[in-house]
Amino acid sequence: MGLPPGYRARQELMDRDRLRRTLARMAHEILERHPDMANTLLVGVQTRGVPLARRLARLMAAAGGSEPRVGALDITLYRDDLTTIAAHPVLKGTDIPGTIDGRTVVLVDDVLYTGRTVRAALDELVDFGRPARIALAVLVDRGHRELPIRADYVGKTITTARDEIVQVMLEEEDGEDRVVLLEKVKEKAPTAGAGRARPPAQRARRGVRR
Amino acid sequence: MLDTADRLREVLDRPIKKVPALRGKTVVNLFYEASTRTRASFEMAQKVLSADSLSIAAATSSVQKGETLLDTARNLEAMNPDMIVIRHASSGAPHFLARHCRSSIVNAGDGAHEHPTQALLDALTLRQKKGRLKGLKVAIVGDVLHSRVARSNAWLLGKMGAQVVLCAPPTLMPPGLERLAAVTHRIDEALEGADAVMMLRLQTERMTGGYFPTTREYHVRFGLTEERVRRARKDVVILHPGPMNRGVEIASEVADGPYSVILDQVTNGVAVRMAVLYLLLGGGEAAA
Repeated sequence: MGLPPGYRARQELMDRDRLRRTLARMAHEILERHPDMANTLLVGVQTRGVPLARRLARLMAAAGGSEPRVGALDITLYRDDLTTIAAHPVLKGTDIPGTIDGRTVVLVDDVLYTGRTVRAALDELVDFGRPARIALAVLVDRGHRELPIRADYVGKTITTARDEIVQVMLEEEDGEDRVVLLEKVKEKAPTAGAGRARPPAQRARRGVRR
Repeated sequence: MLDTADRLREVLDRPIKKVPALRGKTVVNLFYEASTRTRASFEMAQKVLSADSLSIAAATSSVQKGETLLDTARNLEAMNPDMIVIRHASSGAPHFLARHCRSSIVNAGDGAHEHPTQALLDALTLRQKKGRLKGLKVAIVGDVLHSRVARSNAWLLGKMGAQVVLCAPPTLMPPGLERLAAVTHRIDEALEGADAVMMLRLQTERMTGGYFPTTREYHVRFGLTEERVRRARKDVVILHPGPMNRGVEIASEVADGPYSVILDQVTNGVAVRMAVLYLLLGGGEAAA
């Protein structure tokens, strides 16, 4: 996955090994609290929540013996910003295996930010039935909640600025496993007296203006 | 459009067949001609997407008192709908409305001109059953002269790379269609090796002259019988836009037989209309 225009990498938050160890730890945590795999369902929020859910399921099977079922949820039709995000928001598809009535559903997503995606996911999920409980697992919690929503299982919590982007890359989607913090490339402010031509040596001494 | 319809079809299998995507949007279904499938599936599509739906049948409206199309549309527009879905006996009626109205206009069939959502649902059905559209041999047989379904399908399927053959008795085949598809007056030629066969009804309600001697003779010469189906490929699919006149253009055994995908077409019709509504109303203003 390339950089979105106008952004550059500021810091690597997780390299491949870190990401994989974090997922393994989260899988153990989920398994510890919900040992009944037959009645547990991991539902990934499209797009990157889905491969994360699949990986967690496999890690849980490796640790505990049986693999919970995995579903996918496309929240596009439930977004509260549907008319503003794009001319034709692309649908990725929803697939919930079996029933969720009376089961434990663990929603899985890559980044928890404002919480609006999770709100949409909850609304969509309850249209499928009545789960016994819904828990939330996220790889990164970057703060700035706009709704009263919190994650039960968190890979890493970081403080971010609103104009930064947390970019999660997964082998299944992006060809590599990495989490990077991106910052906006700041525009250089025009130097004072820009109308007058200055000899290069003097300009260099001024340094970079922000 | 087809991919979006594919994704949206899943909503029809949910326990709660409703998503809030078009909440607060209003669509008026303005039907000047009779319809079962098209109107019902547009209404269903609207309701599943949580849009508000209002259906007006000309037969029970003030059109009976002489109100013009433009006045009808303008009066409805004054109630602020987001979209008007129109079926009309005159070719070009939706285009006329689009020039004079603010709302989005969707063509649910205009005269003998086009029926775009029908062609889309037929293409979706074919793609589902055959895995592709390119290179398919599709025979469209029946009253091509009066058929907007034939025109829309010939155009769309041709555009998607299928090989379309139109077949009708000479009295029911308009001149000039050779530009759009292959043309023949012999059903056996059309059916030979076909991947898909689409049968069209005789639109007697639009006929003012003698186009064929009797429906019995029409059935003998141009009807899709079990025997004729064997000329097509072993994995042929049989389509029909509906309504069917059993025993005229299509034998009952074929319509209800193992090759028929007629009811799949109807289900896909709801999905396709959901896609049309979603893509035209669900995004930002920039889309319009």
